[in-house]
Amino acid sequence: MDKFLEGSLKDRIYVHLERQGPIRDSQHGFVHEKSCLSNLINFLKRRQRSQMVKKVLGTRAFIRGDFCGNSMAIPPPDPKFVLRGTGASVNTLHFCCSDQEDWNPILFSGSANGQIHIWNLKTHRADKVLESHNKQSVLWIHTLQGRNGLISQGRDAAVSTWDLSEGRTAVIDSIPLDSYGFCQCSLMQEGVGHYLLASPGSTSSEVKILDLPKKTPVWVLKPPADAKLGMPMCLKLWQPPSGSRPLLLVGYENGSLTLWDLSEKKMLSHLACHNEPIMCLDFDPERAKGISGSSEKLLSSWGLDNQQNLKLQNTLTLVNAGIADTCIRQDKKILATAGWDHRIRIFGWKKLKPLAVLQYHIASVHCVTFSDHVVPSERLMAAGSKDQRISLWSVYNKP
Amino acid sequence: MEPEILEVHCLIKQAISTLSSSRDRAEIIHTLQSVKQNLRGPETANPSPQKKEFLKTYYSHFLQVLTNNLSVDWLQLLPVNQEKELLDDFFLNGPPHEAFLVLLDTITATRPSLRQERCVAILEQFLQEDRMAQLIEEICLEYTSPHMSSLQETLLNKISALPDHMANKLEKDNRAIFYPENYYPLLGQEMVLVLERIYEQLKGGMDSSLFFVSQLLGKVCMQGHTDAVLHVLVPRLTILTQSDCIWQRISWRLVENVPERWMENVVSGFVRLSAGPNVLSRLLGNIVLKNKKANFVLTHKFLLLQYQLKVLKKLLETWSNSSALRHTPIEQQLYISKAIVIILAELSDSEIQEHKRELLSGMMAGVECHLDSNIARVRQLGMAVAECLSARVNSGDHRLKFEYAEDDELRELKSLSNPRHLSSWEAPPQQHKDESSQLESGQSLAETSLNPVESRQNSQEVQDSESASELDSDDELIPYDLSIDTELQRNRAPVYISDSVEVLMTSADPEQIEITLKAVENLIRKNPTASREISVQLTKVLLHLEDKFNISGFTGLRQGGLVAITVTDTIPVTQYLTTEFYAVNYSLTQRLDILDVLALAAQELSQPDSSQRATNESPSIQLLKSETSGAYNPSQQWKKIIEKRIENKTRRFTRGASRPEPEAVPNRLSPVAGYFFFPLIRNYDRPQTPFDFLAEESLIMGRLIHTLAIIMYFSVNALVAIHMGKALLDFIWAVRYHTDAYVRQGTLFAVSSVLLSVPNNILLTEVPDELLEIRCWLADVAENDADEGCRRSALQSLLLMENFKKKLGVFTE
Repeated sequence: MDKFLEGSLKDRIYVHLERQGPIRDSQHGFVHEKSCLSNLINFLKRRQRSQMVKKVLGTRAFIRGDFCGNSMAIPPPDPKFVLRGTGASVNTLHFCCSDQEDWNPILFSGSANGQIHIWNLKTHRADKVLESHNKQSVLWIHTLQGRNGLISQGRDAAVSTWDLSEGRTAVIDSIPLDSYGFCQCSLMQEGVGHYLLASPGSTSSEVKILDLPKKTPVWVLKPPADAKLGMPMCLKLWQPPSGSRPLLLVGYENGSLTLWDLSEKKMLSHLACHNEPIMCLDFDPERAKGISGSSEKLLSSWGLDNQQNLKLQNTLTLVNAGIADTCIRQDKKILATAGWDHRIRIFGWKKLKPLAVLQYHIASVHCVTFSDHVVPSERLMAAGSKDQRISLWSVYNKP
Repeated sequence: MEPEILEVHCLIKQAISTLSSSRDRAEIIHTLQSVKQNLRGPETANPSPQKKEFLKTYYSHFLQVLTNNLSVDWLQLLPVNQEKELLDDFFLNGPPHEAFLVLLDTITATRPSLRQERCVAILEQFLQEDRMAQLIEEICLEYTSPHMSSLQETLLNKISALPDHMANKLEKDNRAIFYPENYYPLLGQEMVLVLERIYEQLKGGMDSSLFFVSQLLGKVCMQGHTDAVLHVLVPRLTILTQSDCIWQRISWRLVENVPERWMENVVSGFVRLSAGPNVLSRLLGNIVLKNKKANFVLTHKFLLLQYQLKVLKKLLETWSNSSALRHTPIEQQLYISKAIVIILAELSDSEIQEHKRELLSGMMAGVECHLDSNIARVRQLGMAVAECLSARVNSGDHRLKFEYAEDDELRELKSLSNPRHLSSWEAPPQQHKDESSQLESGQSLAETSLNPVESRQNSQEVQDSESASELDSDDELIPYDLSIDTELQRNRAPVYISDSVEVLMTSADPEQIEITLKAVENLIRKNPTASREISVQLTKVLLHLEDKFNISGFTGLRQGGLVAITVTDTIPVTQYLTTEFYAVNYSLTQRLDILDVLALAAQELSQPDSSQRATNESPSIQLLKSETSGAYNPSQQWKKIIEKRIENKTRRFTRGASRPEPEAVPNRLSPVAGYFFFPLIRNYDRPQTPFDFLAEESLIMGRLIHTLAIIMYFSVNALVAIHMGKALLDFIWAVRYHTDAYVRQGTLFAVSSVLLSVPNNILLTEVPDELLEIRCWLADVAENDADEGCRRSALQSLLLMENFKKKLGVFTE
């Protein structure tokens, strides 16, 4: 009798928890260093506080017009989901959510043990795990033609293309690269099934552009020998909205940034925007403005004027040094950085206004990216870290 | 006598008698006009004999008559519109020196009256119409005639001292034109005019003399108006002498003719105001060879080029003389240092290499004695000069490099080591005869300087509009709480004091040590009971802690911890520290640290509890903040303490409403002051001490005395103060004439702190004889000491003693 009662009570409690949702999926497992109970209590406390703050905010914000007092600000959100089980630090992430309406949104992740996970974002489980690059670390992944194809770059100095259509998981092709560095490649679609791939070249400072799927090198970009730029650290291939000629942004080891015209093999502009190696960059072609982070405490935004000259626009000093990755959201409203200090930071894109500092990971964050959901409110941000977890966040999604 | 001249005689005599007696308007006007006819005459080279005679014989007399007549009713006789014509013209058109003398005599001889006022007005007119230039020129022309010399003397005095005469006489009614700041530049302009006329004469082949101008220039410069006159004269001459050799000769002669006794002022003025050596040599020519005085001034007083090496050696000798260093004021040393640096910059490399050995030996000796000094400023000065010296003497890598914080003084000193390039002098303006072109260039300058502002404004506007358009989107996004964004720390600070002792003793992780060190002071203060259990051990650990990892603010953090533990568990820790101060095997730094900690702890104990301090808005003495290096040097604080004390004693009536009295709390230092003081003072001359304080280590001796004095000062109102005071006075008596200025400063500070801390009446009853002796000693120091700081603090102590005397009225000689 007792046992029966206990069982039914437990069921009720479970149902209640499910429906009202005080426990989130992220807490299904055991959160590090916290018991379930303390987690729950913390959550309730925080919930209460944020409710109060929201009330106050609601009345105050109208009166004062703006509101930025730290003391009253809302505490930063927790991750929406956490994906575990990569078995190694997560190096790169790529969403694929908008190709087919009825299909589940998926997330690719590449980790340091050479595995590529394909995460189903409905079930939050890995659908498939691909073993690649001779168990060497995966540096970068990108989809080709929706979810049917994948391209991955590994530390074995090779780029592999994958056929994933109809459940296959076969490597179609493997292209050897000349560089054993950490520089991630950059991909740009030129036509249907036709791509350009920028990759670090054989000698230092050199960048090579390949044509896919032909695998033939199209251009080799060599900066002048006396420039002393060091190795290329990050690449961004893009096409200006007006012109047809693709352009390439390269961040170098010495902290300088260059813009190349591919077809003329010419360096258009050069900007020394950091004192340390540039670790990451992203570019917004609409506003002709980009962002770069390095191993120092500085985040720089720079613009491109009509003469294709790079100009430093804004710099922001962060609290801790080292930005591993940065990504501008598709709607060009916000920008996320992955910090060596375990934190993900969100900034307003226009003025680099600091918006949020997200703390979840317990080791450096390696990559951050935004999903391409069709409905803006469903959009997610994913971050992969050295602590082998992928955190999924929903931030600034309200229209 | 020729008839025309006779005619003039009659006319003037008649006119004078008419003017002095008649009261008839028509008659007076007629007379004046007829005399004026004589004055005017045709403007030719050879004036008519009547005019000549009039000017020579009667002009001065006539003017005197005129001035005597200047009274209200007489002036009323003249028609208003013709007053100037009839009266002023006599003064402004005749020989200027006569008019000048008559006017000035009248002004100085009369009381404030209409006559005086009228004369002042005419004199003003006289100056405005450039009659002064006319005067100087005429005197120059007649320089040869022998009877002029006394007249010249008079004129020289009167012209150069005109502002003084006027100010003395007119007092408050003085006119602006007679103010020195207006008059002397005007005089300068007049001189320029005279020189220009002389230039024209020379060009026309006539002979001319500059003697009077030179004399006037010398006299004016001698009176201290060098800058006012030469500011007008030198730039003009600079332009004029650029390409014209006649002007150059004029300029040379102008300076040459200055009488010897005034030469120095003129030449120094030229040196100061001329733009660069090129211009100077153009203006002065070869005066050095012709004039002995100028030679002396330029080559000895100003140390110009040729004699540099000799001078440098002499300077180096002084610079490296330790006795000179000890007994000359620091300002003089600074001057010598500057001179050395400048000469070094001017000497050529070959000259330096030639005398390399002498320079090096001088440098070595100098550096040694400078570094020995206990005064930081002297040390730094020595280091800076030595760096400059070695940079010149040693080529390549073998140059000295010291570590010191650069301040303005040192930067200035070092900047002197770069010789000023000829091109850095302001390029003299091109030859412009007329001023309008200069004005133009000034305008264009102003325009160019305006333009950037405009363009900047434009860009500002553009930016503004940009940011306005960008305003919209970012503000929609409300930031979350960003306060968690703090510096990432990989290690956790210890929570218990015993843990931190553990870490400090054993850990080798720099970050861990840094965090612990930062936390230790707070831990001690938060948990006094736990700290007391291990106080001596913790003190030992902290005292022996070395800055192995170059932690920022290490000294300050360690000091903070030591002070906190001393305050928390005073008796055992002070016992330990005072014993260790005299123990063997400690470095100088550690010993000095002990002194600092004791002084700071005494200060903290003497103040109300920190919890109460928060409520009390301004404590009588601020809690000492650590300085840039993080370490605090209490020995520099004593000046402030004394100043503050004096400030507190000064009564001000304008103070606002008095603050509520702070609550009374027991003095925490009072029961333990002896533990700080006596062990320190007791052991200094024991044979087992590691060094001979009295003889060798004057730095540590000075610091010891300073610390004792600080403890003494903070023990005010303690019962034990009188015993401490007696002991301290005994102690300093032995070192009162110590050779080191720093030690002397300490003894003086000790005296003043005894005077301030021990109640006056007790002091007088207990140690009256000592006080008398100290007073004599202080008076001696205040008068004779080489160090300015010593003199000043001796004076302050004397002042304190005088105050006692007033207060008690029993302090008899």
